[in-house]
Amino acid sequence: MSAPSPTILKLPDQSSATMPKRNFINAEHGLLSWLLTGDHKRIAILYLISITVFFFIGGAFAGLIRLELLTPQGDLVSSDTYNKLFTMHGIIMVFLFLVPSVPATIGNFLIPMMIGARDLAFPKINLLSWYLYIAAGTIMIASMALGGVDTGWTFTTPLSTHYLNTHVVTTAVAVFIAGFSSIFTGLNFIVTIHRMRCPGMTWFRMPLFVWAHYAASILMVLGTPVLAITLVLVGLERIFGIGVFDPTKGGDPLLFQHLFWFYSHPAVYIMILPGMAVISEVVSTFARKRVFGYTAVAFSSVAIALFGFFVWEHHMFIMGVSNYSALVFSLLTMLVAVPSAIKIFNWCFTLQQGSITFETPMLYAFGFMGLFTIGGLTGVFLGSLGMDIQLTETYFIVAHFHFVMVGGMLMAFLAGVHFWWPKMTGRMYPESLSKLAAVVTFIGFNLTFMPQFILGYLGMPRRYHAYPPEFQVLNVLSTAGATVLGVGYLLPVLYLAWSLKYGAIAGDNPWQATGLEWQTQSPPLTENFPEIPIMDHEAYDYEWLEHKTQHEVTHVG
Amino acid sequence: MDSAIANPQADHDAAEHEHEHVFVPQHRHHFATEEQQREAGSFGMWLFLLTEIMFFGGLFFAYLLYRNWYYDAFVAASNQLSIPLGASNTAILITSGFFMALAVWAAEVRKKALLVVFLIFTTLFGLAFLGIKYVEYHEKWEKHHIPGASFDASEFINPSAYGLKENPLPPDVAQKTQMFFFLYFAMTGMHALHMIIGIGLLVWLLARAQRGDFTQGYVAPIENFGLYWHFVDIVWLYLFPLLYLINRHPLAH
Amino acid sequence: MGISPVLWQFLVKWLNASALFPSEASTIAPYMDALYFFLLSITLIGVLLVATLLVVFSVRYRKAVHPVATQIEGSTLLEATWTIIPLGLFLICFVWGALLYFRIYNPPVNSMNIYIVGKQWMWKAEHPGGQHEINALHVPTGQPIQLTMISQDVFHSFSIPAFRIKREVIPGRYSTVWFEATTPGQYHLFCTQYCGTNHSAMIGTITALSPADYKKWTEQSTSGMSLAQNGERLFASMGCNACHSGNAAARGPSLAGVYGSTLRLTNGSQVLVNDAYLRDAILNPSQHVTSGYTPIMPTYQGQISEDGLIDLVEYLKNLNSNERVQQTLTTTQSEQAAPPASGVAKP
Repeated sequence: MSAPSPTILKLPDQSSATMPKRNFINAEHGLLSWLLTGDHKRIAILYLISITVFFFIGGAFAGLIRLELLTPQGDLVSSDTYNKLFTMHGIIMVFLFLVPSVPATIGNFLIPMMIGARDLAFPKINLLSWYLYIAAGTIMIASMALGGVDTGWTFTTPLSTHYLNTHVVTTAVAVFIAGFSSIFTGLNFIVTIHRMRCPGMTWFRMPLFVWAHYAASILMVLGTPVLAITLVLVGLERIFGIGVFDPTKGGDPLLFQHLFWFYSHPAVYIMILPGMAVISEVVSTFARKRVFGYTAVAFSSVAIALFGFFVWEHHMFIMGVSNYSALVFSLLTMLVAVPSAIKIFNWCFTLQQGSITFETPMLYAFGFMGLFTIGGLTGVFLGSLGMDIQLTETYFIVAHFHFVMVGGMLMAFLAGVHFWWPKMTGRMYPESLSKLAAVVTFIGFNLTFMPQFILGYLGMPRRYHAYPPEFQVLNVLSTAGATVLGVGYLLPVLYLAWSLKYGAIAGDNPWQATGLEWQTQSPPLTENFPEIPIMDHEAYDYEWLEHKTQHEVTHVG
Repeated sequence: MDSAIANPQADHDAAEHEHEHVFVPQHRHHFATEEQQREAGSFGMWLFLLTEIMFFGGLFFAYLLYRNWYYDAFVAASNQLSIPLGASNTAILITSGFFMALAVWAAEVRKKALLVVFLIFTTLFGLAFLGIKYVEYHEKWEKHHIPGASFDASEFINPSAYGLKENPLPPDVAQKTQMFFFLYFAMTGMHALHMIIGIGLLVWLLARAQRGDFTQGYVAPIENFGLYWHFVDIVWLYLFPLLYLINRHPLAH
Repeated sequence: MGISPVLWQFLVKWLNASALFPSEASTIAPYMDALYFFLLSITLIGVLLVATLLVVFSVRYRKAVHPVATQIEGSTLLEATWTIIPLGLFLICFVWGALLYFRIYNPPVNSMNIYIVGKQWMWKAEHPGGQHEINALHVPTGQPIQLTMISQDVFHSFSIPAFRIKREVIPGRYSTVWFEATTPGQYHLFCTQYCGTNHSAMIGTITALSPADYKKWTEQSTSGMSLAQNGERLFASMGCNACHSGNAAARGPSLAGVYGSTLRLTNGSQVLVNDAYLRDAILNPSQHVTSGYTPIMPTYQGQISEDGLIDLVEYLKNLNSNERVQQTLTTTQSEQAAPPASGVAKP
């Protein structure tokens, strides 16, 4: 039985509040000190700025796509341009936004702090990761400027190898480099988590955020190299005509599919696990409760990572694979759905007997839980062999993955950015505006993507530039939603930027959260902690926090 | 200081203890102890090698598939590779690895001159490997066995015209030898690329070794590079039998 | 004024129903829809359950009425419950879906076969009687139809949403799907695998006709030779009859009745001779040498189109005796012996 829990949002007296005198932001000055930094927090900020830029580029392409789809005819852009739009929307959003989003920004910033370390294991490799990301982004932009690529983000052969004359190899190089950025991030996380936990920080005292990133890092490290070699093969096939995927030379285009999806399925778990990581932290903090079933959630993350390696063929059920292999992969797909369900229920029951407040991160977390449930369950539709025949390659798939990635992952990313914004910048953002943005995003999202499920069952194929007129109403609804969604995403950029100068001073722990990162100043010192902490309590120990708060003064500056 | 990080309190004490001493120069300050740094570095390298296994894995999978489908073509094409050259390369690479292991030992016992000598030998044998590979590639170029537009399978359709004692292959099977050669070039080429990178790193390590960087107790870069170099060696040990020794019957001739 | 037509559509057309759900026009459609509604129900229940938990807990345990949180570690019983129940439901979906999948991809034995060739950016349908259609397919109702499909270039995917069938159309090998139309009418045909510039234009119309109407249509639209007749022509013109003449000492095995039989190959394996085997034997003959023969058959890779291959396959499927083969052989030999008359083209 705990003493009355401390009130949240105990901001320091704002009239005299100042930022901490020495923090990682003002520790060194000048552009070079940022561009040559080894500080994981600075690298996280560099990543945050970069991925935001690419997010809006990808988002602009999405806007153009939805604009085109207002009318059944292909009248806004030419077919080739449309094909380039959806290709580049996919590539940018998957490889330059979703994959690095939470790990490279929030993960980079927080994982050392959460385990009581001073930095990641390999700071130089961390910086290299960012430079590889920037190189990949630059090459991607170059590819777009040179005329773009229209293979679809899936690079399906033989289309991409023999039948297109756009900048396939350039784009493949960009994705290849982005892959190594991801591998190095994952490698850094794994070594850090294994070797640099502070004294007392056992595996089961780590925040679930770290567990989920550990699982995602395993996927990054083991899966991404297969994408790399696949892209090399596509490049070789394209340049030299070696025949590895060419049936007229004895090659097998289905080999490409196997190799590509061997990475690209774990990729979706690389994308979602860090999002789930954020949700664990947010739900716990705003319910003032230890996450229900800590061990179950921790093991579920690892289970998702392990099972995630064995389901790739479910992207190929109608491609002429053997019926019996389809059976195996469908069964495994059903198995991989279970740990996600376990997590959702554990988060729900974290609320029970809690003391719940509804700050913006919590609103995004609620949105995540509802939308990810829908998205995940529609995945079960697709994993069910017979159902997949009707639904695959239609807008149902588009709706499914946007529900899990945008309704799920992107909401979790925004939850995380809002949750740790005070820690990273020392500032609070305007709460009513942020709540408004969360609600607008939720409404816009549903309006955009719900109609697409219906379109999918009706049979509207994906990647279609023009469509039969009877699909128009649903498409118009979808585009209307996209406009609302766009507003919902622009708002945070505006008010978060505003908060950097005008936001209220946050203090160490505005949310009264339990993680180690909240027990030090905001923004943190370059070395994170004045002294390496000793972890002598469990994760999400609100009683420990209560005890500590009663006996310490929270100081600012 | 050599104990593993099992007892947090003891380790904390050890860190405190070390704090009072002068830090060893290579100790990066985000690590609590130099031992933690060394273990992290080693772990990181093993993990990186794991990613390399997955990277090569894609090619091995393609090999598995196409050898199964086109076995006869693979046999014929493989028999065109030179076993003396391939075996020499295998021996050369193993020797190179041996010198690398000696280099690690030399660094650990702080013998700078020996370290430099062993690193030089490692590099030389690595270069010899690449030299022989170049000879083999050049020969393939001349015989039009490089996959792509210039690929020519006539040597397999009509071996006697080329003075070879092999059995002729039907044309459609002979065309599949291109698949073998593609895998040959992709796998050995990727391997050679890793060797070139390795040799670049060796040159850099040599320069630093000559300066004495690795004979004052800071052995990690040599050790970790050794891991990389041995990995490249092991990949070749798989490539050699898979590519050169398909269905060879040395006693039958 | 661009707004009002949309609104008008919105009000009238949408409210007229069926704009939200495809028509059921095949025998398998109700089964597909049943599974769909089951999955929808699970999803609805799941989402409602999560939403209810979220709302009820949020209201019941909001800070204003529940200021003190009780720390709860977990509950193995609950974990087991929400592991086993979802798993059970998902496994039901697995079994049901698998049964449906096998149903859709295993055609009944009395199916009528129609060939589909996909190429950028059109569909070619070839009926056995020789009718050719572009971006259209006429089928009779009440008769199982099997589609044997192949692509001439990249991956395409043949989709008829109203029939609830879809299959990838792949370069290099045949893929099949079957259906039985129930209701005469016109239905969408889509290519659903992105295949380049005019992917969204690679659409067509499936016309289901009553058996009587279909018979009329076939009689009206025969455009020359049937596929098998064309195949016979190719069999002679490409020189297949020289080795596969059916003579005792012929260099190639007799092909009469070979379709559907089990063949023993030189490497000892046994294969079932189906469409895919025949196609592959023409393109990669040295890997499909019948036991007792030598691998001397040249490959026709690059010399024959997918359409030609389909013609040959259809011909061989219907080849029951070597009589016609012998006749064409004689014709060919006599033509080669005689000096060509002016104005007469060689076959």
